[in-house]
Amino acid sequence: MPKRCDLKRILVIGSGPIVIGQACEFDYSGTQAVKALRSEGIEVVLVNSNPATIMTDPEIADRTYIEPLTVDFLERIIARDRPNAVLPTVGGQTALNLALALHHEGVLEKYGVEMIGASAEAIAIAEDREQFKKAMLEIGLDVPRSVLVASLGEAQAFAKRNGFPVIVRPSFTLGGSGGGIAYNSEEFDTIVHRGLGLSPVGQVLIEESLIGWKEYELEVMRDRKDNFVVVCSIENFDSIGVHTGDSLTVAPAQTLTDKEFQRMRDAAAAIMRRVKVETGGSNVQFAVSPKDGRLVIIEMNPRVSRSSALASKATGFPIAKIAAKLAIGYTLDEIRNDITKKTPAAFEPALDYVVTKIPKFAFEKFPGADATLGIQMKSVGEVMAIGRTFKESLFKALRSLEAVKPFRPVDMSKAKLSAALATPSENRIHYIVHALELGWSIEEVGRLTHIDPWFLDQIEQFAALQRDIRTKELRQIGDLDLRMAKEFGFSDRRIAYLTNCEEVDVRRLRWERGIRPVFKLVDTCAGEFESYTPYLYSTYEQEDESQVDDVKKVMILGSGPNRIGQGIEFDYCCCHAAFTLREEGVQSIMVNCNPETVSTDYDTSDRLYFEPLTMEDILEIYEREKPDGVIVQFGGQTPLKLTIPLARAGVPILGTPPESVDLAEDRERFGEFLNRLKIRQPAHATVRSLEEADAVARTLGFPLLLRPSYVLGGRGMAIVYGKERLHKYLTAAFDAAPGQAVLVDEFLEDAFEVDVDALCDGNTCILAGIMQHIEEAGIHSGDSSSVLPTYMISAGHLEEIRTLTRRMAIELGVVGMMNVQFAIAGGEIYVLEVNPRASRTVPYVAKATGVPLVKIATRLMLGKTLKDLGLTNDLQVSRYYVKTPVFPFVKFPGVDPKLSPEMRSTGEVMGIGEDFGTAFYKAQLAAGLRLPSSGSILFSVNDLDKRNALTVARKFAAMGFTILATSGTASFLGDMGVEVVTVAKVSEGRPNFVDVIKSGQVGLIINTPLGESSFKDGWAIRTAAIQHNVPCITTLSGAAAAVEAVKALRSGNIHVKSLQELHIDTTKVEAAGLLKE
Amino acid sequence: MPGADKIPKRSLFLTLADIFDSFAPVIWTGGGCTRCQKFLTLPRNRVMFRLSSNAKLVLEDGTVFRGRRFGAATDAGGEVVFNTAMSGYQEIITDPSYAGQIIVMTYPQIGNYGIALDDFESRQPFLSALVVKEISRITSNWRSAKPLNDYLFERGIPGLEGIDTRMLVRKLRTLGALRGIIGDAGVSDEVLVSRARAIPSMAGRNLAIGVTKGQNYRWDADIAPINRRWQQQDLFGSSGQRRQHVVVIDYGVKWNILRCLVNAGCSVTIVPATVSSEEIIQLSPSGVLLSNGPGDPEPLIGSVKTIQELLGRVPIFGICLGHQLLGLAAGGKTYKMKFGHRGSNHPVLDVATQEVEITSHNHGFSVDAESLPQNKVEITHINLNDQTVEGLRMRDVPAFSVQYHPEAAPGPHDAHYLFERFTAMMKDFHDKGISDA
Repeated sequence: MPKRCDLKRILVIGSGPIVIGQACEFDYSGTQAVKALRSEGIEVVLVNSNPATIMTDPEIADRTYIEPLTVDFLERIIARDRPNAVLPTVGGQTALNLALALHHEGVLEKYGVEMIGASAEAIAIAEDREQFKKAMLEIGLDVPRSVLVASLGEAQAFAKRNGFPVIVRPSFTLGGSGGGIAYNSEEFDTIVHRGLGLSPVGQVLIEESLIGWKEYELEVMRDRKDNFVVVCSIENFDSIGVHTGDSLTVAPAQTLTDKEFQRMRDAAAAIMRRVKVETGGSNVQFAVSPKDGRLVIIEMNPRVSRSSALASKATGFPIAKIAAKLAIGYTLDEIRNDITKKTPAAFEPALDYVVTKIPKFAFEKFPGADATLGIQMKSVGEVMAIGRTFKESLFKALRSLEAVKPFRPVDMSKAKLSAALATPSENRIHYIVHALELGWSIEEVGRLTHIDPWFLDQIEQFAALQRDIRTKELRQIGDLDLRMAKEFGFSDRRIAYLTNCEEVDVRRLRWERGIRPVFKLVDTCAGEFESYTPYLYSTYEQEDESQVDDVKKVMILGSGPNRIGQGIEFDYCCCHAAFTLREEGVQSIMVNCNPETVSTDYDTSDRLYFEPLTMEDILEIYEREKPDGVIVQFGGQTPLKLTIPLARAGVPILGTPPESVDLAEDRERFGEFLNRLKIRQPAHATVRSLEEADAVARTLGFPLLLRPSYVLGGRGMAIVYGKERLHKYLTAAFDAAPGQAVLVDEFLEDAFEVDVDALCDGNTCILAGIMQHIEEAGIHSGDSSSVLPTYMISAGHLEEIRTLTRRMAIELGVVGMMNVQFAIAGGEIYVLEVNPRASRTVPYVAKATGVPLVKIATRLMLGKTLKDLGLTNDLQVSRYYVKTPVFPFVKFPGVDPKLSPEMRSTGEVMGIGEDFGTAFYKAQLAAGLRLPSSGSILFSVNDLDKRNALTVARKFAAMGFTILATSGTASFLGDMGVEVVTVAKVSEGRPNFVDVIKSGQVGLIINTPLGESSFKDGWAIRTAAIQHNVPCITTLSGAAAAVEAVKALRSGNIHVKSLQELHIDTTKVEAAGLLKE
Repeated sequence: MPGADKIPKRSLFLTLADIFDSFAPVIWTGGGCTRCQKFLTLPRNRVMFRLSSNAKLVLEDGTVFRGRRFGAATDAGGEVVFNTAMSGYQEIITDPSYAGQIIVMTYPQIGNYGIALDDFESRQPFLSALVVKEISRITSNWRSAKPLNDYLFERGIPGLEGIDTRMLVRKLRTLGALRGIIGDAGVSDEVLVSRARAIPSMAGRNLAIGVTKGQNYRWDADIAPINRRWQQQDLFGSSGQRRQHVVVIDYGVKWNILRCLVNAGCSVTIVPATVSSEEIIQLSPSGVLLSNGPGDPEPLIGSVKTIQELLGRVPIFGICLGHQLLGLAAGGKTYKMKFGHRGSNHPVLDVATQEVEITSHNHGFSVDAESLPQNKVEITHINLNDQTVEGLRMRDVPAFSVQYHPEAAPGPHDAHYLFERFTAMMKDFHDKGISDA
């Protein structure tokens, strides 16, 4: 069936900010879908609130809206652009829920918009657990015994009948938020209670526990002729009980006979038909009893998902792209397989390798969070690795995680090790290797972990070899053993660790003996047909298929797994670099190991190496490809920290010279550099002992900002106000990283922070954007809302910032991008940090200015000058662009959600407005904080903030808001003439502010940290706010911004505009070819 | 040339005695066996993984792959072909159509779930040898009865692991199927190359005669237990209706064809490949199924004649080799493909409905579309990867066939409907016969 001709304009909904459970896999799928639709001559209107995405690049869609993903804003866009259809299946749960809401509120009907890819009915059956269960039973499939309840009493009745453990899943929450496994009635009551509160419909599902069962997923597609294919099967290494997003998973399934696999395939096909997914991709999750093979259906998602992104990368079958084509009427047999070119997409990929995915966690950011893995997803990113055996892919994946310090358990008691094996956790895999190396049997480890013996046997082979290597000196390892170690996935670094030598020694020995990897193709067909797409992975075998081209080429190092502080923004930069190289006629070679990203789409670069970003793996690719240069400045810290080692190994680094990178990264040397340029910086020192620290504290005075010498996303940063806290921090830091120094900085109180992104060709420098943080200094720049242009900084200061930035960029010889963080305190400007690389804010600035910064930077690195590119002036913006972070606190109950120097946000949104208030309002709304236009506002602030709070309270009161406040704040505000209602603190009896928040009477909370003494109350307010989804602002600068936002909201003067309309001028510049030379 | 005498006798020409007349494990004696026994005494039947290469696969073009043995420690030669199915090795190695071939599994880790009692496709592995990247040391599946390694050892089938199977597959894809031989590491490459070259080609050989069972038998639960767990639909003894009696001509039939027929409500009698049309008619069948089988259809002249005599007298359904024979009987020609189709993921288009089935394949020969008389034969199914003929239907008489395997095993069940189509055809024919009378 050919494509439908009635669909001329389609609305695609993105997934919004990166949050746990919904990451850049939806940028990948959305971008693919939009490109596929446009290639069919369809106009695409795209909406997504996340500026860090490739999909929101103005050239990807015809009309791109960076606006909040709410029914109201979507209706404005629909009313404006009148699409024929909406495709809700490529933007995760967010897009699906939003489309369903648009349907229920009659918006789609009103404007005659058809839902394609999934019908409202299909979404309802798949999403509503009760309906889904009923549908499964109807078609003769088995499901776990369960009951949907709206009260604790009903829940307890089920538990009484079925016993413990049982699983609790709140309805309609993202990534299973708020769910858990209860082993006893006490835990049960707590989890059910929380779940009922978190579920937007006040329901939880209580379910028979399948702990210890094996978990599988099938990624499937169906077209409107009822053709059905399984793209990929996935077997979870962790058994049921660990969220599949937190599970180590393996593709294809390893321990299913064909009969069992086909039974699953039949079930998946039946489910697609029953749920009525007419076209597109879905995933179906199964559980299989290891005892008798009983097969139960867990759930299905009628949309592309994290797993489908993984499956696409694992097989070379682009699910989202094909789903988009199916949605507009094509059938699978009408679509070509891009990789083989000759065969159709109507087939099931055959793999001749094993793929392992491992999630990346960020528990170190959330002290106090429960690090046990369960049915609620907690990971923030993932890596994938390809090998010819499970062993190889597993250990390649482990090294892709870039552990700063490899986790290597030693000297554990048997009981402790047993407990570590029995508890699913981030590091359990290492305990498994350890136990097997100690000689624990597969049966014993299997009993504790519920992991399939086949996987454990594979690891045991590795462990046995590790035990052997450990007893040897490097040169004593025989050729056969060394080759086998490499085949098994041992990294050079691990061999070096085991034999007590340096990684470089291992590499030298390996190269002497000719033990080098070969590169093989991912081709969808296990070699049956010729492949035309250079999508490669390394392995230790006989034949190399890489077929290196003798052309001008550049290798781009990606940013690895998403984590807090390094996420989609850097993938955006790497993709842009690849696009630019293509435009410049230079072959682009991408190296990355993150299956969620656009950069690991084989369409993005000319050649793709799906490989770990370690020195070993990069050097092997370099040696094979011999590119003209390597770009390290777009992938964040991951490639940046390899700059010096790579340069030493003779790898040509493009752009900013490696010595400058090293200078900027080394805080002591950088301090000297600033002194030499006479640029002010906070007083600072490096300490290696408590005594040194005390001496520094005496000179600098408290408060002090502390951080380990290795910094990524502010990891381990803290502000201390006294000696006790200082010692506590240092003791912990020295224990964690013996021999490492801690950096102690004077902390600038009441300072404003400013972020600058600049472009430099080595001789001239222009500023791309000067962003002002809305929160005061002391809060990590990644966690602070910021606004472009600045709105409260004097022209003189701005001029000084420009001068300082230029001076540093030129002194450092920056070629490409540079980011500087300034603080303004007491009328003085200080430099906090310089990053000689693209920063997190680059995509935001690019979207705000309409200038593709990375494309320019890439051209600078290829030797162009700014003048060549027609760029002589700093970039300007004509409206307000506010970037606001989003936080995962709801996933980590028990963690204080107050902002600090430790970065904890997972993603960001952007709000655009003619004035600051509008932009801030939209950004807050997009981040999920719906500011009220009337009602009550609760104040609870510390003494230092009371004066500023007064100004804010007065403004809100003037707009007709009722002001509520806790006792101290209330008496201050009351004394100053504000009409205020006093609310009790938790410690003052009931009803207290938590009750008031729960009752829904509060529209906004303004709460600044109350200091140590009333810490509990502050914590209680903030957690209550998160649980009941009441916006809570924890800084007064934020509160002042909220005043502007509420004003804007009340003015009713809020509009939407596409990026293409906003940047009509810059688009013209590009059209005139000035940027493209 | 040590061992040369036993090569052709053992691994290329499977005698009837070898194959059907004994269920007892075949233990092969010879130089390698003690080593094999040693493997079996290791805990959990683990094959040692730290052996250096002790055997090699040598192709007729001189390519040598060094690896490690598993299964029986004997030499074996045959046509080297690859299968891209990611699951179902047990069904593959017990599929009689692989007689005379060395199978390379493209999926690198094989043996993971062992051997299950429900999953045999015949009584015996028929392939010459199995080549994999890595054989599993343990088995993990609730149905697993024994490790693949032990099964192959008992049945005298050698295996080779630890080679770059993808390199081998790419070679076969480029050069076409090649003859090859697995021998000990110590034997010189030249000797093995010449032995590989001495192996007769698949073309022109009547391999079916070597795998068919020499007598009639009825298919019932006694012969191979049918586990209801795996039934698609439960149609046993379908509501007291008269069961349709299908006579299956066994050119190397896969048991799942028989299971599917029973599943579709048929009773089944299996007759040898050498059967005459009169012998079949005497069994008063409702229909005749031409089974799958190994190798080249052209030498099966007698079978073609039998089919020609049956056409029009009884409904016919052909599968795989049976499809090729029907094509020949209809006046068409067959040819040897470059490297054939072997896997579980081939898209086949049903020309009438324009729907796509994902199907299971195992064939090295194909019916030439051009050769078919258009007035007599209609092409019903086409392979979307290479446009080869996948199914045909006689225009004037009740007969149809498919090149692929509707019985799957291994592979998707998309084409199971063909068994229903066959039973409907038999019913029509029967009803028409009654009304004509």
